[in-house]
Formats: sequence, C-alpha cells, structure tokens
Amino acid sequence: MEIELQLAVERLHAQYAHALDADRLEDWPNFFTENGRYRIATAENEARGLPLPVLYAEGRGMMRDRVQSLRHANIYEPQRYRHMVSGVIVEPVSDGRVRSSANFLVLRIMQGGDTTLFASGRYLDRIVLAPEPLYEERVVVCDSRRFDTLLAIPL
Amino acid sequence: MLERSWPAEGVTRVPYWVYQDEDVYREEQERIFRGPAWSYLCLEAELPEPKSFVTTFVGDMPVVVTRDAKGALHAWENRCAHRGALVCMQPRGTAERFTCIYHNWTYDHAGNLASVAFRKGIAGKGGMPAGARPESQAPKQLRVSSINGLVFGTLSTQVPALEAYIGPEILPRIGRVLKKPLRVLGAYTQVLPNNWKLYMDNVKDTYHASLLHLFFTRFRINRLTQKGGVFVSPDGAHHCTYTEIVDDQGDAYEKNGMRSAGSQGFALESPEVLDQVDELGDGVSIQILSLFPGFVLHQIRNSLAARQVVPKGVGRTELHWTLFGFADDDEAMTKRRLLQANLVGPAGYISMEDGAATGFVQRGIAGSRDRASVIEMGGAAIGSGDSRITETAVRGLWKAWRQYMQV
Repeated sequence: MEIELQLAVERLHAQYAHALDADRLEDWPNFFTENGRYRIATAENEARGLPLPVLYAEGRGMMRDRVQSLRHANIYEPQRYRHMVSGVIVEPVSDGRVRSSANFLVLRIMQGGDTTLFASGRYLDRIVLAPEPLYEERVVVCDSRRFDTLLAIPL
Repeated sequence: MLERSWPAEGVTRVPYWVYQDEDVYREEQERIFRGPAWSYLCLEAELPEPKSFVTTFVGDMPVVVTRDAKGALHAWENRCAHRGALVCMQPRGTAERFTCIYHNWTYDHAGNLASVAFRKGIAGKGGMPAGARPESQAPKQLRVSSINGLVFGTLSTQVPALEAYIGPEILPRIGRVLKKPLRVLGAYTQVLPNNWKLYMDNVKDTYHASLLHLFFTRFRINRLTQKGGVFVSPDGAHHCTYTEIVDDQGDAYEKNGMRSAGSQGFALESPEVLDQVDELGDGVSIQILSLFPGFVLHQIRNSLAARQVVPKGVGRTELHWTLFGFADDDEAMTKRRLLQANLVGPAGYISMEDGAATGFVQRGIAGSRDRASVIEMGGAAIGSGDSRITETAVRGLWKAWRQYMQV
C-alpha cells in the first residue's frame, strides 16, 4: 500500500514534468483540482514569512489564463525546460489526501542551445488521490531569489 | 575623462558605445553612483526597529543601511578599514555592532570604527604603533535622506537635499502613492542580460509599453489611446508616467493592424487578477516613476513596488524588486496585491518582456559601436505632456547622463 502510494505520487510528478518539458502547456492546469492552487515562491521570502509569489494561480481558470497569455500575448525567446525531480517523500494526511515534498532542478535550453541551471528547489504538494491523483496545492519553493531574464513557462 | 564624441543630432541619438564600453562603466561608477546623485537604498519598513540593518548597493559599492539605537538612519560602505573585507555578511537583521570576520575590527551603527582587535598588542608585544591611524581608511559614510518611507543615500556633499534633487514636478507623484506606512510583502531579483541604462531607458519609454507588452493591450489595461501623460524633470533625470482608469473601447490598434491589437475571443477566465480598487482615490490605474540613476516606483493597479537597478558589469544588471502594501491593509487588499503580483516581476504578465527586449538590444548592437539608436518620437523635445507616443523621458535620461559624464 505504502509503495503504491509512493509510485502514484512519483508518477504524478513525472507526468507533470514531462508535460511542461514537452511544451504541453495546455495540459498543465489538468494536473490540478478544479480549485487547485499553484504558487512559485522563494526560500528567502518563505523564511521571512512573506507571502509574495513570483507566480500565483488559484484554480484551473487562472492557470489556463496563464497558458493563453504565454501562447498569445507574452513575448519571449523560444526556450524549453528539462525537469529533474527526485527525493520524493510522501506522507499520508487523511481522507484520501497526501503531502509530498520533492527536490527539483530545472535546466533551461534556449533556442541557440545555451543550457543553464535555471532553478532549483522543492515542490511542496498536497495531493488528492481519487479518482486520480491531482494537485490540490503545489508550492514551488525556489532556492534562489534570483531569476535570469524572465520566468515564462511554469516550473 | 572619456574620449568620446556624441552624434551631431544630439539627444535624438544615443550611440551604442554607452552600453558596451568598460571605461564608460567605470567612469559612471565614479561620476554618477559615487558622484552627485541620490541612490535608492531600501525601504524604511525594512528597518522596523532600532539596531536593525540591511545590506544594499550604490552602483558597485556594497553598502550597509542601519537604524541606530535612537532610531536615526545611517548608511556606510560595507568595507572594513583594515583589509577591505565585507563587514556585514547578512542581508538583514539586527545587531549591537558590526564585526568584520577577518580580524574582528568592529563598527558602530553609523559605520565608525569602534575597535581594532589587539590594537595595543598583548603584554607590551605586538599591536599597532601609537601613531597609527587606521581610521583614515574607514568605510565611506553616506548622507542619508528618506521620503515617504523610501531611503536614499549619496557620497556627495555637493548634491542638493533629496527633495530638491527630485524636484517639484516628480516629488508629489511619490507622495501620491506612498501615503501611509508600508508593509513589505516580499522581494526577488531579476537578472537582466544587459547594461543598466537599457533598463532605465526601457522604464522611461512610454512608447513601448502597449506595443511590447501585449497583455496590456489585449486586455485593454493600457493602450496609448487611453488618457494619460508623462512628467519629466527639467534636468531630464527623473520621470513619471500615468494612465487613467477607463474602459477603452476604441479600435486604433486594430485599424493600424498592429501585432498588439486584440484578437477576437481572447478574454481572461479569471479577470479578478486585474480587479482594481481605486485606493488612492484619483482614478489612476498605472503610474511608473523613475529617479536617476537607478530607482523605479510603480503602482500598477493595486500592485506597489520599488525596483532598484544594480549594475553588475557592462552587460549585466540586477533588478531588485520589493513589493509592498500598506501596514493597514485588510485581508482582501493583501490578497488583491498578491494576485496582482502576477502582473510584475520576472514572471509578470506585463513585465517579463522587458528583460528579453533589453537583452535583445545588448546582443543586437554587438557589431555597431559606431551606430546610434533613434529616439525621435515626439521630436527632440524633453518635457512633460499628455501624449505617451513620445520618447521625451528617454531623451531626458540622456540629457542627464551626458551632464554627469561630461560627454
């Protein structure tokens, strides 16, 4: 049971990462519950108890807005990510929910080939298991307060 | 002294070497950042109690800002008198005194050298001679002044008082926004792959806002057809632009076939990200204000922030964003500000392009030190007006820069 839970959460993290890395941004909101929350924060602000997000969405609608804007409004140099997700810890909470904490690295590959370590940090998640595992909340805590040039694609 | 000549056209041309040359960068540090200009240091809200401190920069120079036991503000170079090491390593906190880790020389809140470890040696052996004057190399102390909770510093004894430096055109526009004590919501840094002045002239460029930032235009947040205007200080150094809250139903962009024109059927599912409460009571939806050399204050709907422009070499700039609200904000207002944080910063719907565009200029000009950018929207004038299809504030920047650089 415990192993199944671990595998289910790791599969969700992997599918999420593959969707972003493969530019399937339209799938991104569907990894969340209808009212799911997504927040990119920095470790510094979290440690200071400051609520400022780098990016914040409440519900799939806001996430779809973000994707629409990236597709049709925002202008940025073509780029891709490669996510490395590891060290996944899963803790059951209650009534079909688990908490997960995982490390991530995101490499950013620019159209000219420049590849840099764009972000590192932790995913702090609350996940609903049924009928299929979905994020009820995903907080992306970046280790650094610095962001190079811009952050377009979600982490 | 810079051996350079400016294009004959004057202020409507900006030669590309200004963004590229090492000696220009070094000279700017001396003549501007360590010269007769006030630089933004931090918010007073970041120094809430006696004995608190933050570290910051004036150009390349690391600086410690403190509030002493009696509540007075000080700023001093973060450099030990002894060997030049950083005195203060932490970004912020409270301290009784400041001790350099290298050899334990200590400083008070005003940056005065308070003690030298083993200055008189031990048991008559070692130590410094009686006539030694290590104080002669003490950290430089800055003049400090604050306005509406913004703290500024300068090494110059010549520059006029901060209020006079900013001037009557721009000063009231700061007080317009910063009406009450502030509460910091958070901070982050955007690293820009370009010279610091490319960011400053981007900020002052009222012409680009609705053309580059399509989110503005698509959702009719800020079109140049909306009512607004620009103020420029007579010396060109500072500017303020604003847009009024209106529901723009015009179609000037569509008729001109512009890329930024609205596409049919493109609407936000969750427009609450844009919901503005007219908290300042004057019907202004956006105000962007800049002070020479590297400070920006923004009000974008209910998003409020200070942006500090920190040069990190010829082709690299750090933008230190600090977002805030007012100390008496209720929960709904804080939530509104946090949602509107989506508009700004490195992931901001209406700011992410700035880093890309200015970086593109830095890359585009690599082979053309001998060419210049064309800054002729609105003619050659520098001054205030009610059109934002102008580059008047950009020309102001260069007028001021040339004055400082004597070029």
